[in-house]
Amino acid sequence: MRKIGIREIEDIALGAALLGAGGGGDPYIGKLMAIGAVRECGEVTLLSPEETPDDALIMPIAMMGAPTVLCEKGIGGTEYRRIFEMVERYFGRKVYATMPMEAGGVNSMLPIAAAARLGLPMIDCDGMGRAFPELQMVTFTIGGVSATPMALTDEKGNSVIFETITNQWTEELARSVTMSCGGSVTCSLYVMDGKTMKAYSVHDIVTRSEQLGKAIRNVKNVTDGTPEENFLAFSEGIKLFKGKISDVLRTTNGKFNLGKIQLEGIGDCKGHRGEVTFQNENLCASVDGAILATAPDLICLVDTETFTPITTDGLKYGKRVLVVGLRCYPLWRTPKGIELVGPRYFGIDTDYIPVEDRVKGGAANV
Amino acid sequence: MYKLGIDVGGTNTDAVLIDERLQVIAEVKHPTTGNIFDGIMGAVRALLDQAQVDRSQIRQAMLGTTQCTNAIVERKNLAKIGLLRIGAPATVGVPPMVDWPADIQFICQKSAIIGGGFEYDGKQLAPLDEEAARAFFTELKGKVQSIAISCVFSTVRADHEQRAAQICREVMGEDVHISISNEIGSMGLIERENATILNAALYKVAERFTEGFAYSLAQEGVTQAEIYLSQNDGTLMTMEYAKRYPILTVACGPTNSIRGASYLSRRNNAIIIDVGGTTTDFGVIQAGFPRESGVAVTIGGVRTNFRMPDVYSIGLGGGSIVRQREDGSVTVGPDSVGYEITQKALVFGGDTLTATDIAVRLGMADVGDASKVAHLSEELAVKAMSVIREMVEEGIDVMKVSSDDLDVILVGGGSIILPEKLAGARSVTKPAFFGTANAIGSAISKVSGNYEALVNYDELPREQALERAKREAIEMAVASGAIRETVEIIEVEDIPLAYYPGNTCRVKVKAAGELR
Repeated sequence: MRKIGIREIEDIALGAALLGAGGGGDPYIGKLMAIGAVRECGEVTLLSPEETPDDALIMPIAMMGAPTVLCEKGIGGTEYRRIFEMVERYFGRKVYATMPMEAGGVNSMLPIAAAARLGLPMIDCDGMGRAFPELQMVTFTIGGVSATPMALTDEKGNSVIFETITNQWTEELARSVTMSCGGSVTCSLYVMDGKTMKAYSVHDIVTRSEQLGKAIRNVKNVTDGTPEENFLAFSEGIKLFKGKISDVLRTTNGKFNLGKIQLEGIGDCKGHRGEVTFQNENLCASVDGAILATAPDLICLVDTETFTPITTDGLKYGKRVLVVGLRCYPLWRTPKGIELVGPRYFGIDTDYIPVEDRVKGGAANV
Repeated sequence: MYKLGIDVGGTNTDAVLIDERLQVIAEVKHPTTGNIFDGIMGAVRALLDQAQVDRSQIRQAMLGTTQCTNAIVERKNLAKIGLLRIGAPATVGVPPMVDWPADIQFICQKSAIIGGGFEYDGKQLAPLDEEAARAFFTELKGKVQSIAISCVFSTVRADHEQRAAQICREVMGEDVHISISNEIGSMGLIERENATILNAALYKVAERFTEGFAYSLAQEGVTQAEIYLSQNDGTLMTMEYAKRYPILTVACGPTNSIRGASYLSRRNNAIIIDVGGTTTDFGVIQAGFPRESGVAVTIGGVRTNFRMPDVYSIGLGGGSIVRQREDGSVTVGPDSVGYEITQKALVFGGDTLTATDIAVRLGMADVGDASKVAHLSEELAVKAMSVIREMVEEGIDVMKVSSDDLDVILVGGGSIILPEKLAGARSVTKPAFFGTANAIGSAISKVSGNYEALVNYDELPREQALERAKREAIEMAVASGAIRETVEIIEVEDIPLAYYPGNTCRVKVKAAGELR
């Protein structure tokens, strides 16, 4: 058990942006929500999964909606409390703690704001260990946990609880209600007990985000080795490519931002060409046509000078980036995990091979 | 008829005089003074001594200044303000100014979030709480003279902000300064609100530099000139407009330098390298306008969403200090002797080895006394120059979006330290008057017209509606003084408003052309 204050929030936001693997959007508005809440209500207690009782009722909290709307409306003052009361009323039990659903963007920050404003502890875990584009793409699905009952509310006071027959329906209904409510809502889904959380969540992810953020902030303070070596060491990252963005092709299918990033090699990758495809998050990285990493492993782009993470909406021609592969949470590498978020689900015609095996002897080992 | 262009920089105040055909007649550099007006008067006096023209023939005077940026960064001369945000029940979970540095928070006397605002499609989010607005302004009456008003989705619909401004005048009187967010920023409430607060806090600074500029000119006998100020997008604003929207001057420095360089070299697509005493800025001109940066811009620790030119800066300039390490390797910068170069550089009789000394030693530049650097070993000078070359070539590469070579234009007083052949550059040009490109950029700035209207595309199809809007914007630019043949459309935006019957959109067009 430890406390999270404003310094920690800054580091968590930075680290979570890296774990967002290109997705999750800019965590800025989320960071303001968390800082505002902690200033007003005090620091937040962070519990490790092991410190949580097996029978505790845990309420994950997240926001859904269009990033542009989120950046105008932020969050109101009553949504946390309303969601909390809806969940308690539905289950007829006290909520013990809250937790994040994903790393990256506003949803790595919102649970900190909720915990501060509700006086609840937050658990050091989430359902992805990164960011993913769809609601059923959580480790809890592997454990057979249903997304519903899903509690959803807007800032005006409208609220609804869904009980659906499949997670597909949850996604569809939640999306249309979100649009009717003005484009952004606060919600809780995958409400579960402590035992299930311990078995199927991604453990210690908040702490990992914080450590990564802190390390990025101090990346230049190295005594031996280069900042790049330092970055790869503390992130346990595998260098896939270093290059300059020579083109970004973007399309949208109404639901997701899809695209392809072309990279021209620089430094020790000079003369080679890299490519990263994305659907909100980065999905597949290849060099000279050979695939070096795919989802669910994390493919992260960072600035070659500052090592700050670059999200897919912040991509810019000419930017120099380091493409880094991070191993995903082990649960994602099980057959069920690969079925849910492996390359074939995203339409990439290849088997999942762990990033550390792909790069061995590959062209990227430069 | 003549145009007078002035750029007040941190080190120098540059002034140029340009004739009707936009030919540069005279240029001067004068040290910037603590009270900037002595510097402006000194520069104008020197310029007129040089040019010997009839002062009454100077009909336009343009000022580019970083006064607002400096005031924000140094937290000086900022006025206390009140902030009213319209948007409850939304947004209250994100308090105003929550991530502002502690040392600038003092500018906000009081803030409140009241009911009101809109949804993304223009539907009302909540009715405007007029009573709360009235109570807020009543409490601040007599305490502050400047008010910032922001509102959720005011970029889609501005009615609540306008109504609140009206109430503010009723309560606080006609003299109160009001800044409303939809006139200042774009999408993103917090960034737009931040810019509006800064704008409100700058009203005294704006009054001082606009009136001071007019006074300085009058003192030097320039009394027949229309006065304009440069803004971020390379267009001009009148003095009255600048007093209301001073924040729109914050990035005019790089914009002016890029546009000035483009004008001097007659190139519309190129990389511009502006070398000063301490830093070198790389910018890109595309189709005549600076390429814009895609990232949020922070001014003095406050995040805003202004469109700023995409500029890459490195610590290299004419005053950069050159050192040789024990292993024989050579470093250049990032520290510099800055404005003290005329005392500290070897060629000026000083004791510090600078990038300028290296250029003189290698015969690339003729400043100061070359005999004072004759003793330097050629090996050292060549090594230092290859470090400089590497830094600049790297910068060119950062700014390029394709592997094709581009034309490069060198400007700024420090550009004498750069070699004339650079990798990645198809050609390297150092135009005449390269030292005062900023002031020239200011003098040739364009004048714009903004048209905005709600249009139902079912009644008037989109193509025709946009055509009409473009024609109107061009007429407005001409009415503001633009030469018709030179007016171009520089911005077109249409936002669908689903809450209106039919297929209604808010259409915004900006046109700009050269001033008569």
